[in-house]
Amino acid sequence: MGSNSLHVLKGINFNVNEGELVAIMGSSGSGKSTLLNILGMLDEADSGSYFLDNIPIKNLNEKIAARYRNKFLGFIFQSFNLINYKNALDNVAMPLYYQGIKRKERTDKALHYLEKVGLADWATHLPNELSGGQKQRVAIARALASEPKVLLADEPTGALDTKTSYEVMELIQGINDEGKTILIVTHEEDIAHMTKRIVNLKDGLIIDDGIVEQVRAKSYV
Amino acid sequence: MFSRDRWNEIIEALTANWFRTLLTAFGVCWGIFILVILLAAGKGLENGVKQGFGDIATNTMFMWTQVASKPYKGLPKGRRFNFKIDDVTSIREKVPGLLYISPRNQLGGFGGTDNVVRGLNTGAFNVYGDYPEIINQDPITITSGRFINYGDIDNSRKVAVIGEGVKKELFKIGEEPIGEYIKIKGVNFMVIGTYMKKSNNGDREQGQNEIFVPFTSFSQAFNQADNVGWMAITAQDDQSITKLKKNIIDVMKTNHTIHPEDNRAIGNFDLYQEFSKINGLFIALRGVAYFVGVLVLLSGIIGISNIMLIVVKERTKEIGIRRALGASPWSIRGQILLESIFLTIISGMTGIAVSTGVILLVNKILDGIPADNETMFANPSVDLTVVFVALFILITSGLLAGLIPAQVAIKTKPIDALRAE
Repeated sequence: MGSNSLHVLKGINFNVNEGELVAIMGSSGSGKSTLLNILGMLDEADSGSYFLDNIPIKNLNEKIAARYRNKFLGFIFQSFNLINYKNALDNVAMPLYYQGIKRKERTDKALHYLEKVGLADWATHLPNELSGGQKQRVAIARALASEPKVLLADEPTGALDTKTSYEVMELIQGINDEGKTILIVTHEEDIAHMTKRIVNLKDGLIIDDGIVEQVRAKSYV
Repeated sequence: MFSRDRWNEIIEALTANWFRTLLTAFGVCWGIFILVILLAAGKGLENGVKQGFGDIATNTMFMWTQVASKPYKGLPKGRRFNFKIDDVTSIREKVPGLLYISPRNQLGGFGGTDNVVRGLNTGAFNVYGDYPEIINQDPITITSGRFINYGDIDNSRKVAVIGEGVKKELFKIGEEPIGEYIKIKGVNFMVIGTYMKKSNNGDREQGQNEIFVPFTSFSQAFNQADNVGWMAITAQDDQSITKLKKNIIDVMKTNHTIHPEDNRAIGNFDLYQEFSKINGLFIALRGVAYFVGVLVLLSGIIGISNIMLIVVKERTKEIGIRRALGASPWSIRGQILLESIFLTIISGMTGIAVSTGVILLVNKILDGIPADNETMFANPSVDLTVVFVALFILITSGLLAGLIPAQVAIKTKPIDALRAE
């Protein structure tokens, strides 16, 4: 919009292997969300390269970006971002709809993932009939439904109380245990320590990147 | 595009806010209602006016002699002359493209004295000497017996076909007129048929008070020799009588030694021209109906476009979510367009249904009015073409209404859309 541009990320070089559970930390304005948006193909970097499963992600037009997002990525947002007038099942089935999967198969799959997050009984409930934790679990089921290569979570516990946060983290850890690669943006220390690796950002640069001892969320619950 | 899921999405989106959807739909519904009602009213007026023409063949002209207004070849001006029966043959030979040429003679007229007698009953009626073809040019319905035929012409039979009005005045109720004799100006004619006539120039009563007799017997009985009073000439369906008129009159001028530029010697009335004028009027009327209707519809469509813009704005976040989940721009655009088209068509079709309902009601009421009453309004209706035109307008306008909102919907980057609150 304005003529003066702001460089949020100033040289990020890092690599995530399959099956990792990574926390990206940093204070506000450190560029963590921007990084996640670039990884999520919601935003584009001015320069640099990005490989996802050995596929170079560049020169995306909206159509291709949409397809990649659908195939490779699952999103979990701070504010859940469920569609209000659709029930839990339909929300979970949404990415499958955009994959062009038939209705029957879609419902089965969506129900399967709802079961996985323990909300099969709530399948026909609208989002506003669910608690915050339940909403986030529906969102996680939705992110899983398309069987993506990577899950990207932007402050997944930001809108939840501590107890619910740990429940959600327990779920995320469980998914990671099954081998899914997950990136979590957070600024909460305790949440970050439930991952296996913490990347610290400050003013658009990585200041610290190290493996941590994973704290199982279960111990808190 | 036509998958069940797509439609579920559309129905869900539109039913999310019932009241607003209904209000929006009303705009288009009203527009198409006005359009259809205006067109139907125009058609009703047209039908009413054209009914006044009766069943008469409209590709027809009437031609009669007047007074020569220019001296020519030694003949003075102010000269009177008559068409002769031979003129019919010469027109037929020299002017191609004509269907019927009927020479006619007439006795009596409006306010004429009693000229027909049967026993103690008398009446003043128009008596025509005619050829059998006249029934094709100015149709009447034979209610009993038969019309004049060529046997009657060839043998100059003194037979007559009388109108129901004549029958009512000269015969007792229930009396069978066929085979009976009536005296026209002192000459006996045998009744061979009765007829009914639809309205003619708005004068239904007059139409029933006429008597048709063979042309030849008319000439004989009433001393017309080979004179012809006037002619009714109908062109073939693919010809225009207005174009042939000049040729016909020229032939008559030559036959009767009239100055070629004497425009007053032969009078004519071109029904087709009159009919065309009225047709033109109704085409203009239809144009006005379309103009007004489409403009009213347009405001409804702007309403839809407006609402779709608001809907898109409201759903910015939802659209962002969908795009994050992998919805392609075209799928979003298509969704908005389909919603808009769907809303337009549904409301438009409701409008058409309601308006045709109203037309049906009006028709019912009009049917209740006794047929004898001359109304200027009959059978208001719209044909299927109008419905298809309306449908076409609706689809196009729905598309137009959705175009800008759809573009707005995909213009925002998914990340901005997600951030929107």
